[in-house]
Amino acid sequence: MAAPSAVMSMSRLIKPFWGGRLGNTAKVFGASSAGHREKSTHKPPPAKYGGRHTVTLIPGDGIGPELLNHVREVFRFSCVPVDFEVVHVNSALETEEDINNAITAIRRNGVALKGNIETIHTMPPSVKSRNNLLRTSLDLFANVMHCQSLPGVQTRHKNIDIMIIRENTEGEYSSLEHESVSGVVESLKIITRNNSLRIADYAFRLARETGRSRVTAVHKANIMKLGDGLFLQCCREVASGYPDITFDSMIVDNTTMQLVSKPEQFDVMVMPNLYGNVVSNVCAGLVGGPGLVPGANYGTDYAVFETATRNTGKSIANKNVANPTAMLLASCMMLDHLQLNGYASLIRNAVLTTMNETRLHTADIGGQGTTSDVVQSVMRVIQSGGQLTTEL
Amino acid sequence: MSSNVWRSMLSPVIRAVKRSSSSFSRGIQTVTLIPGDGIGPEISCAVMKIFEAAKAPIAWEERNVTAIKGPGGKWMIPPDAKESMDRNKIGLKGPLKTPIAAGHPSMNLLLRKTFDLYANVRPCVSIEGYKTPYTDVNLVTIRENTEGEYSGIEHVIVDGVVQSIKLITEDASRRIAEYAFEYARNNQRNSVTAVHKANIMRMSDGLFLRKCREVAENFKDIKFTEMYLDTVCLNMVQDPTQFDVLVMPNLYGDILSDLCAGLIGGLGVTPSGNIGANGVAIFESVHGTAPDIAGLDMANPTALLLSAVMMLRHMGLHAHGQKIQTACFDTIRDKKVLTKDLGGNSKCSEFTAEICRRVQDLE
Repeated sequence: MAAPSAVMSMSRLIKPFWGGRLGNTAKVFGASSAGHREKSTHKPPPAKYGGRHTVTLIPGDGIGPELLNHVREVFRFSCVPVDFEVVHVNSALETEEDINNAITAIRRNGVALKGNIETIHTMPPSVKSRNNLLRTSLDLFANVMHCQSLPGVQTRHKNIDIMIIRENTEGEYSSLEHESVSGVVESLKIITRNNSLRIADYAFRLARETGRSRVTAVHKANIMKLGDGLFLQCCREVASGYPDITFDSMIVDNTTMQLVSKPEQFDVMVMPNLYGNVVSNVCAGLVGGPGLVPGANYGTDYAVFETATRNTGKSIANKNVANPTAMLLASCMMLDHLQLNGYASLIRNAVLTTMNETRLHTADIGGQGTTSDVVQSVMRVIQSGGQLTTEL
Repeated sequence: MSSNVWRSMLSPVIRAVKRSSSSFSRGIQTVTLIPGDGIGPEISCAVMKIFEAAKAPIAWEERNVTAIKGPGGKWMIPPDAKESMDRNKIGLKGPLKTPIAAGHPSMNLLLRKTFDLYANVRPCVSIEGYKTPYTDVNLVTIRENTEGEYSGIEHVIVDGVVQSIKLITEDASRRIAEYAFEYARNNQRNSVTAVHKANIMRMSDGLFLRKCREVAENFKDIKFTEMYLDTVCLNMVQDPTQFDVLVMPNLYGDILSDLCAGLIGGLGVTPSGNIGANGVAIFESVHGTAPDIAGLDMANPTALLLSAVMMLRHMGLHAHGQKIQTACFDTIRDKKVLTKDLGGNSKCSEFTAEICRRVQDLE
């Protein structure tokens, strides 16, 4: 394949320039960024408008709008050839017009960057979660999250490097509920063979492309024998086609116990929707919290990038204390997806330098810096690098 | 020594306890003891010795539970076990073997169905002396144990599409919420947090949440909060001290209670209690039967012992419970006599003897 070699040569170009100044930080995120992009036959949308990409931006609620404004600021400062089409989604409305507009915009542009849209659960149950609607309509079947211990952040556990691949469209999040008898509610969890095979295949391919050796399937098949049993069986079938990768499985409650005592043992984990929710939040907590980890939702035709733990952060909204790292790193993942690797590495390295070397931390990781302090520092690092034009 | 020898050792111990306590028959409460399989008999023996040393007013009635087929072809527990539990109301259970392809459901499930054990309670307290990355953990998880995702109702709709049904009912949700608040009140806890995913499962978790809110109205002295499952997981691994009592449906409870057990050191040191209808309560150790060390005097009785302490507290015998717990924690903190899984190389009997000694010193 021609494409990966292009990526490799690009990273070889960048590394010597940045390697000296940044030591470990380039290694930390360099490899993973390459892998994420090239995971399927998907080609990112071409830059049709004068070589500039158009990306849908959904500010969402809580800290979303302010963090995405910072992302735009950094992009403008670094002369990134990306224009944002902003689509607002009002979570207080009962109609689905807003979210349908957003979905149409993403279909048009192919790529989106979003904040979390709040789900007010005092509204009638027919008003479904907007985020979920977006994921299922666009068939963003894989949620990928890479949890790595950052050298500059103090945590209880060290040497964590876990890739979590979570089925993103079915399982417990099917939103199929009914009240057959008054006072008795049934909620359906759907597991299908096709989606389980698809996500397992995605996981193994990603593991192979990023050079990882082990995939662990997380399930509860001892209790949900048919549902999770089907998922496990599909994973095993796919595993047989990848003999170079070790496959094992673990029950979800044991998994969480192992994660809080020995998280170093995990490599790549694949699981259905709800367990993915639990495990990804546990892992995010282990590496330092929701402000540090970016997440990506991939489908065959579309990709949406956001923070991994999808928090609205209402209590810290507009107080200039939110950690912009997760959103900035998510925007870098988006740039990689658009094959703008130069800019991606530029911003990513600046963020990691700020995190690891200047140790400018926001309150959630124990520091006293404000959001704008961190963003200013990122821009200073970018500027002092000197390369702000298309030389890269 | 094989586990059979351990089992036969139990009977004389029980008889001895009965003899010593026969002189004051009033005030003695009889408890059904189910030793279980594997290391079950030896750890039950250890617990009984410690209780004797603490002079706890407990008489043990030993019963075995193996599934038998009753009239009508339904699997059930032996009638003498059921009768004993119904009479005594309180039980202590060791680990039970999960049968594979035995044709009958797991014993735990049978017990749960027989006695309608609707609440699973796990207090997770950091054990000083058993180092984990988390210190100062002090929370209780209360999990609804009868319905939710574990209703076992699954269908294959068409080939390749499976549906599992999660059942949430008003009655069960109200019952567990009431138990949670009463537990908080009786054990001087300040707040109860309902854990849910009502943003996604609007109707089912929405119903659970509504019932919790309604019950909270009657317990104004306890603070009630609601939190999403993912937020709880996220915050739990960063700062577990912010949680007090957590109440939740079945699946989240399963995952979270094991997560909390992992925070304090695993299933080998975690107590657990199951509360049923009609005042029945069965306290148990949640670890496995460990067949590889059964009969070798290597087992760690801490989990069963702490569950027995929970039982004493449930019965109102707080002083005895505190004494035994202090003795146990002091032994672990001292680090001189520890079983292999706690990092030492003493035998189970030595560990037990050390705790007995400390209990007697605390008199």
